[in-house]
Amino acid sequence: MILGIDVGGTHTDAVLFENLQVRKKTKVLTKQENLIESLLGVTGEILQGENLKALRRIVFSTTISTNAIVQGKIDRVGLAIASGPGLPPSLLKISDDTRFVSGSINHRGAEVASVDVKEIGRIGEHFRKEGIHHLGVVGKFSTRNPKHEIQIRDLLNGDFRHITLGHRMSGNLNFPRRIATTFLNAAIWETYNAFVGEILKFKKQVGLETPIYILKADGGTFDIGHSAEFPVYTILSGPAASIMGILSLTRCTGDAIAIDVGGTTTDIAVFSSGVPLLEPLGVTIEGHRTLIRGLKTRSIGAGGDSRVRYRNGEITIGPERDGPAAAFGGRQPTPTDAMIVLGLTDIGDLHRAAEAVGHLAKSMKIPLGEAADRIFQETCRRIASAAGDMLDEINNKPVYTIHEMLEGKKIRPETLYIVGGPAGPMAARLGELLGCSAVIPPHAEVANAVGAALSRNTTEVTLLADTERKIMTIAEEGLQTGIPGQFSREDALEVCREKLRERALQIGAAGEDIEMEIVEDLEFNMVRGYSRTGKNIRIKAQVKPGLIAGSGGEIKT
Amino acid sequence: MRKKKTGLIFFPAFDWAISPTHPEREERLLYTQDQVFEEGLLDLENIIEFKPQVATPEDIHRVHICVPNVKSVITESHLISAGGAITAADKVLTGVVDNAFALVRPPGHHAMRVVHGARGFCNINIEAVMIENLRKKYGRKRIAVVDTDCHHGDGTQDIYWHDPNTLYISIHQDGRTLYPGTGFPEEFGGPNALGTTINVPLPPNTSDEGFLYVLDHLILPVLEEFKPDLVINSAGQDNHYSDPITNMRFSARGYATLNERLKPDIAVLEGGYSIEGALPYVNVGIILAMAGLDYSAVSEPDYDPEAMKQSKEITKYIEEVTSDIYMFWKKRESLKAELLGDARYAKRERDIHYDTDRIREQQQEIVRICDDCGGLITIDSVASTANHIFAVIVPSAACSACRAEGEKIFDSVDKAKHRMTHLYFQDRDRDIFIVK
Repeated sequence: MILGIDVGGTHTDAVLFENLQVRKKTKVLTKQENLIESLLGVTGEILQGENLKALRRIVFSTTISTNAIVQGKIDRVGLAIASGPGLPPSLLKISDDTRFVSGSINHRGAEVASVDVKEIGRIGEHFRKEGIHHLGVVGKFSTRNPKHEIQIRDLLNGDFRHITLGHRMSGNLNFPRRIATTFLNAAIWETYNAFVGEILKFKKQVGLETPIYILKADGGTFDIGHSAEFPVYTILSGPAASIMGILSLTRCTGDAIAIDVGGTTTDIAVFSSGVPLLEPLGVTIEGHRTLIRGLKTRSIGAGGDSRVRYRNGEITIGPERDGPAAAFGGRQPTPTDAMIVLGLTDIGDLHRAAEAVGHLAKSMKIPLGEAADRIFQETCRRIASAAGDMLDEINNKPVYTIHEMLEGKKIRPETLYIVGGPAGPMAARLGELLGCSAVIPPHAEVANAVGAALSRNTTEVTLLADTERKIMTIAEEGLQTGIPGQFSREDALEVCREKLRERALQIGAAGEDIEMEIVEDLEFNMVRGYSRTGKNIRIKAQVKPGLIAGSGGEIKT
Repeated sequence: MRKKKTGLIFFPAFDWAISPTHPEREERLLYTQDQVFEEGLLDLENIIEFKPQVATPEDIHRVHICVPNVKSVITESHLISAGGAITAADKVLTGVVDNAFALVRPPGHHAMRVVHGARGFCNINIEAVMIENLRKKYGRKRIAVVDTDCHHGDGTQDIYWHDPNTLYISIHQDGRTLYPGTGFPEEFGGPNALGTTINVPLPPNTSDEGFLYVLDHLILPVLEEFKPDLVINSAGQDNHYSDPITNMRFSARGYATLNERLKPDIAVLEGGYSIEGALPYVNVGIILAMAGLDYSAVSEPDYDPEAMKQSKEITKYIEEVTSDIYMFWKKRESLKAELLGDARYAKRERDIHYDTDRIREQQQEIVRICDDCGGLITIDSVASTANHIFAVIVPSAACSACRAEGEKIFDSVDKAKHRMTHLYFQDRDRDIFIVK
């Protein structure tokens, strides 16, 4: 059996699978003020009377990290930043507890200026005096050489609760994002670890021996122990659960668009050959651009409960929500009311919906039906145009080789998957606008829990081999090691595969789920003067988001 | 400093090289990419990256006579780097951004009007292809090209030698000490465009101080008087103190300062082969300066301003050269009568060397002296490839007399008699290109 639970902003969904058949499913309102209670309550309830020994996997997707950041319930973080030459500190400062320190590494990972031991001592003293318990240490190009970050951490260490190191967050280059990611990880570390503590206590109490996994923003999972060190990876797991749910429920293998129409917002995602697209660098949360691997989604302020206005001859939808639809006791007309008036759905109170839309029709000086249709059309148009823009942006992403420029794959979706309240009434029209056949997946109401339950463990490895310097770095591992001068691209690929496998097993992956993919494979001759002095080899490998092995069959209730 | 919206077209062509160990190879912009990515410049809200377009043969025909044809003298990479420059211009001229930087390769400023092959690592002139494309789309513009590559941009000079509406200013290491060996103050433009070519040769070991002196005391005042609609910077980065094939002492911050004062609408990368020690820092400096952001923390790890100071003699020499050239510019109108008298045609005969492709060309160019347009041009060119061509070039905004004469010549020239392999008719006014 597999248990999947998604604690969302409004609802908590839970699904218990047995041989890939839905054995039980439930959906309850989330208690925002006590997420752990919501989570454990549902877990206890759904496992009631089940044979816990038969449970082989539990996956949670929670909003705990997202909420902490969005609501600003975060700890003070003392940041030590070694910025070296480049952007001025004024463009890098993230909070008042930021200190810029000596030490600089260049683009090839060579030390340019060393760490000032006394300076770090003073800064540590300052943070202690300020009562700061959580620190972040970030260096420019630390992914090319983690030495300074490690040295600074060791110099600071002692009585701090936690220190996050920048190079462990991601192998990608982007110093400001590395700073933001490190900051957020340290800022939510305490809150998240309290949450993990509760889950582990519960596990012990009920005598569960099943491994517990947590869903990440990239639609993959990692084991709960590992998540305690990298809480920031768990942000925005809600949209990821929804996308992975659609993938599980539809077995999508081609290019497709997925749209989740909610009350206030609509989320859009894109599949390329059945794989959900990732943000190239990382997700953005509350204005913080990060290096956190995450599924690419676009959220627009238009949903079933969006406020509808008529101004200057134009219908506008959203972006805000002003209570529920009029048909459900709200005060303002909404797209949902328009769909009720048009007879596209029979939910709610038709009379109240007609009354609300009627007000608008009067000021538009057109019949009720026409007004409802214009609201409906405008809602669909806005969502379709956002999806179209997203596709254009993906297909026009800059590339850096002639080969990709001329041969690069273009995404041409043929299917639109649509979930959410108004999915039924909107599917046909949205499909028409996007030139896709529209599909509403079965069991869409618990898609998020299904997505969490069946997502495989994901991870990545970034390798840089510099045979001139005879050094190889694996950023995510904080590993820098010597290599022979004749180290080749094949050797690098081999190391990458090995490391990726090792990492995947560490975070709890099952051997059969480690489906590797090489996402970057570059090799450059390094020439100094007029002769070859070495090779610069860059390999990035990942276990891409997807479903666990054996979940290939049809899901049945 | 006012923040500006800056477009960046980055195309490092990671799969293209002239040859495996050539300076113009795959690795050239690798560390620049690393630095630009690590600085997170593309995340800044006022810096927007655009994918380059691919230039078309028609874009090339507007500028060059490629012998025997476009396909045989270029690769896809040239079309993309020229396309990158065109994209930069499009984004600026449609108001999407305030300015743009085409950080692309391969470069182009040694490519002349007639192209028998590659010279100075260049096959087609990407700035000229961009300029003629934007003139076609957005109207006849007065354009100034300020070439800050360490090598004289003899290709751009050749293409705009007779064009009074394109001002070409080059500052470079003295041609007596560096390829291509041209770019002296006496090279001052063709008879119909005197003064719209300006060359400022600088002695080896010129540092930031010298470059900025020429900028402040010559380039900016001349631009002020020329009043261009657009300023384009051919932003070669080989004046850097660490460049392996030149002898200057310019720094990353110097480049950024130059850019901040010049305020180009469009910058296009040209040369620059100190791929580790200079390019990553120079490019970050230029991008920040274009975007109106603080570049004071940009510095090469090994930069020592004291050691890079220029000598007093150099300072004095530069002051004199600058003042002489400025006087020349001031007198450009009266020079025409003085130099030409009542001649009706002017002839240039040159031996042109294609160092990259090892080709030699003998070229005779005749321009009709004209007060009403840039003047009809005919070119007779023989190359060591055994190609012998004749080209008739009708200038943009051509007067009726130049056009009529050009059409007549093209119709009457006897290909067989002169043993010519190809005849070309390039009408830059009507955007027509004919090969016989």
